[in-house]
Amino acid sequence: MSEQTANTTPGAVAADLPEGWEIVIGLEVHVELNTATKLFCGCPNSFGDEPNTNVCPTCLGLPGSLPVLNDRAVESAMRLGRALNCDVNSSVFSRKNYFYPDQPKDYQVSQYDLPTNTEGHITLADGTRIGIERAHIEEDAGKLNHGGGDGRIHGADYSMADYNRAGVPLVEIVSHPELRSAADARAYVSELRSIVTAVDVSDAKMEEGSMRVDANVSVRPIGSDELRTRCEVKNINSLRSLERAINFEARRHVDLYDNGERPKQETRHWDEEAGRSRSGRSKEDAEDYRYFPEPDLVPLVVTDDDITRLDASLPTMPSARRAQLGEKSGASNDDINLLIERGQDGFALETIDAGADAKRVVVHLINNLSEGHGQLTAASFAAMIRMETGGDLSSTQAKEVLAEMVASGGDPAAIASAKGFEAMDGGELESILDGIIAENPDEWQRFCDGDDKEKKKMQGMFTGQIMKATKGQADGAAVAKLLAQKSAS
Amino acid sequence: MTESFQTPSATSIAAGVRDGSQSAADVIDAAIGAVEAREGELNAYNLVLADDARTAAAAIDQKIAAGETVGPLAGVPVAIKDNMCTTGVATTCSSKILEGWVPPYSATVVERLAAAGAVMVGKTNLDEFAMGSSTENSAFGPSKNPHDITKVPGGSSGGSAATVGAGAVPVSLGSDTGGSIRQPASLCGVVGVKPTYGMVSRYGLIAFASSLDQIGPFTTTVADAALVLEVIGGHDPRDSTSIPEPMPNLTEALGKGVDGLRIGIISELSGDPSLGSVEGIAPDVAARAAAAAAALEAAGASIEHVSIPSSVHGLPAYYLIAPAEASSNLARYDGVRYGLRSDGPNALAMNAASRTEGFGEEVKRRIMLGTYALTSGYYDAYYGQAQKVRTLMIDEFNAHYQNFDLLLSPTSPTTAFELDAKTADPMTMYVNDVCTIPSNLTGQPAMSVPFGVGDDGMPVGVQVLAPMMGEATMFRAAAVLEEAARV
Ligand SMILES: [Zn+2]
Repeated sequence: MSEQTANTTPGAVAADLPEGWEIVIGLEVHVELNTATKLFCGCPNSFGDEPNTNVCPTCLGLPGSLPVLNDRAVESAMRLGRALNCDVNSSVFSRKNYFYPDQPKDYQVSQYDLPTNTEGHITLADGTRIGIERAHIEEDAGKLNHGGGDGRIHGADYSMADYNRAGVPLVEIVSHPELRSAADARAYVSELRSIVTAVDVSDAKMEEGSMRVDANVSVRPIGSDELRTRCEVKNINSLRSLERAINFEARRHVDLYDNGERPKQETRHWDEEAGRSRSGRSKEDAEDYRYFPEPDLVPLVVTDDDITRLDASLPTMPSARRAQLGEKSGASNDDINLLIERGQDGFALETIDAGADAKRVVVHLINNLSEGHGQLTAASFAAMIRMETGGDLSSTQAKEVLAEMVASGGDPAAIASAKGFEAMDGGELESILDGIIAENPDEWQRFCDGDDKEKKKMQGMFTGQIMKATKGQADGAAVAKLLAQKSAS
Repeated sequence: MTESFQTPSATSIAAGVRDGSQSAADVIDAAIGAVEAREGELNAYNLVLADDARTAAAAIDQKIAAGETVGPLAGVPVAIKDNMCTTGVATTCSSKILEGWVPPYSATVVERLAAAGAVMVGKTNLDEFAMGSSTENSAFGPSKNPHDITKVPGGSSGGSAATVGAGAVPVSLGSDTGGSIRQPASLCGVVGVKPTYGMVSRYGLIAFASSLDQIGPFTTTVADAALVLEVIGGHDPRDSTSIPEPMPNLTEALGKGVDGLRIGIISELSGDPSLGSVEGIAPDVAARAAAAAAALEAAGASIEHVSIPSSVHGLPAYYLIAPAEASSNLARYDGVRYGLRSDGPNALAMNAASRTEGFGEEVKRRIMLGTYALTSGYYDAYYGQAQKVRTLMIDEFNAHYQNFDLLLSPTSPTTAFELDAKTADPMTMYVNDVCTIPSNLTGQPAMSVPFGVGDDGMPVGVQVLAPMMGEATMFRAAAVLEEAARV
């Protein structure tokens, strides 16, 4: 039995795939490294500048220019390799030869038979382990902007090449074909993204192209361990597209087999708007890339000391952080994943450890601190939450105090008092309520005697009145408690 | 009757300019005059930079007048092979495909020469993209041998060899991928050095075969070659294959003689069938190499024949590796960013049309050969196998350098041949490189030193080969041969 079937997750087959079939998916993910400069020259590695401003003889491939390897890019790639549990090897750069106008030298410097990182794995949130075949270093190409026509190269009146991106360092992470559903593929990419951002080697934004995902998709009867003809689906720009593209492609393959046909090996382009993939270049007339070792660079030697140093530099991985935060906060998986994705899990743990209510910590982080926590410290955040849970601040007030602390730091008690947020005692609140009842006797009766629906409606009305009278300073929980007590008496 | 020139050496020019006994302006005027006098018949230059050179010379004279320091090549006229980038000066590789391209940067060697006070007088003709052994594969017409203009100057650095051979300038630079400095040096009667791979930066040298290309000087004297190599050599962080070691002192080594050195004559290249030599080494050339060995022996070296069987396997290995790398290096000439662009209905058709129109026959032949050698399914049989031969050669040469300080052979199998004599059959042209190719494949240094003339009265060079970074020893032998050739 092959490795591929060993990882089949029961029930992971897409709901819309006819019974008896399963999907086999391998992903190729390109991650743009966030180094200051490009892979082989000193040009800035930056996104969104005027076309052809971040270029030099080397990244333009001018005659006579030579590459000089960026050590930082290598370091980032190797750290990512270790974070993906890969073997990090001495490696050799190779040239991948093909003609395309976005490729200044008409070859891409990549790695072929001796890549930097080999045989690692990613553990998904549900515990499934997905093997990684390799994670190699290569240079990005430039960008073509097609004028006239429909924006694609075919039918364009002209094309303009922007080489700002040419030579930007990439790591291509190639999974084994061990993913068995679109949902798993999504989970794999999310997890990979968390790891990439945790080791801080890339922004990993699919929308901006700093993370690009191609999916190799095939199908087979459940129970078989064969690998059937696959299609490589490109132009996937979001996690949602990834799921849709895989499910579409799998379904297309099943339909072909059902009709007695078979898919042909080819590259296909996902059209998000149309919700379908379109045939691209057939692999039969695919180019032979004529790989050979890049003679302008020397082999990259990795020592045991390098590995030790890399491992020591790695932060705690998202899977471990997920477990840690789950244990301490009791929050839902979605909330935990969101916090990890935002990189706020460490701050959450620190605040909980400083003695804050874990639920409130998570709620504030998710709802009120999505833009980051600015000047807020874990200790002052915890103090603020203690005031809130102690009834000294209403949730509305807490939000306001928090915003102030994010903007300029400071002590929550001092901020609250400066804003005039004095804790309202029960007596004061009751006398306000009495005044409102006196003005609305019928409504109060309906609140006391009405059915659940009526009661709920009136509760909203009275709460609103109290908030209005207190300018929102009343604590919502205290108001609810008071209403309940008073209507029952 | 052709006017003949004999330039003073670079060493003496620089000394005179530095001590004020002559002006750089006068030196450059004389050099430009000689270049222009011979250019009509030699076609050694793609571009003569008379005005730029005079301006640069005036600047040097001003510096000297102002008491500023000037470099070791102050006022020395130099010619640069037209495959090295020069800021603001068209660089063509003698190819139509680079028509109109002006580099925005200079090769490291060009910068270093300028910093040393040398004055560039022009860009010299070559076989297109340095592919050839006669300078007949140039889009701008063949260069001629200064000693007999019915003959080739050799190649691919034919223009650089011809202008020094004509005595017009004392120094030029060439590039050597399979013998492209040493063979024309031999045919034009000048000194030509292919340094250790990585000693001279390739930054700004338009690549033919990156793992074999190396820049080196043509000079009229061995001492000048040592001086120029000291200026252009040494580590350059812009070339990843540059050796990160200090330059050996070569001028100091010159007078040390060869007493006690062990020198091996490569049997396979000796011209003597009884020693297992390849065919095609002309008897008059073989005789000069034997005379050179005798001269070295007379100067105290021990001489012995040594069989290095892999030396003759170099030719086929070379003609797989060099075209393979070239096929990739020359892919960038696609009409998109610079140079010639021909019309086509789409990008790929435009690429193909530009390349069809822009490249000459020999370049196309080698691109196709190299593309084939790298094709999947053939890689192991061709490129992979050639690399194995290369490793074998390195091992074998290194083993012999345990027993020998230097090796000796002819540089070229024959003296200069007639124009058009070999253009019809590429194979006869390729065989020209049999003696020079081993050093490119091993990365080891070698140089050609003029050592008399052949039966036709044309110059003959002998080749001194040395182990990696063995230039100092190599120059000791070269200096002895130069001295011996004089008497
Ligand atoms: Zn650049």
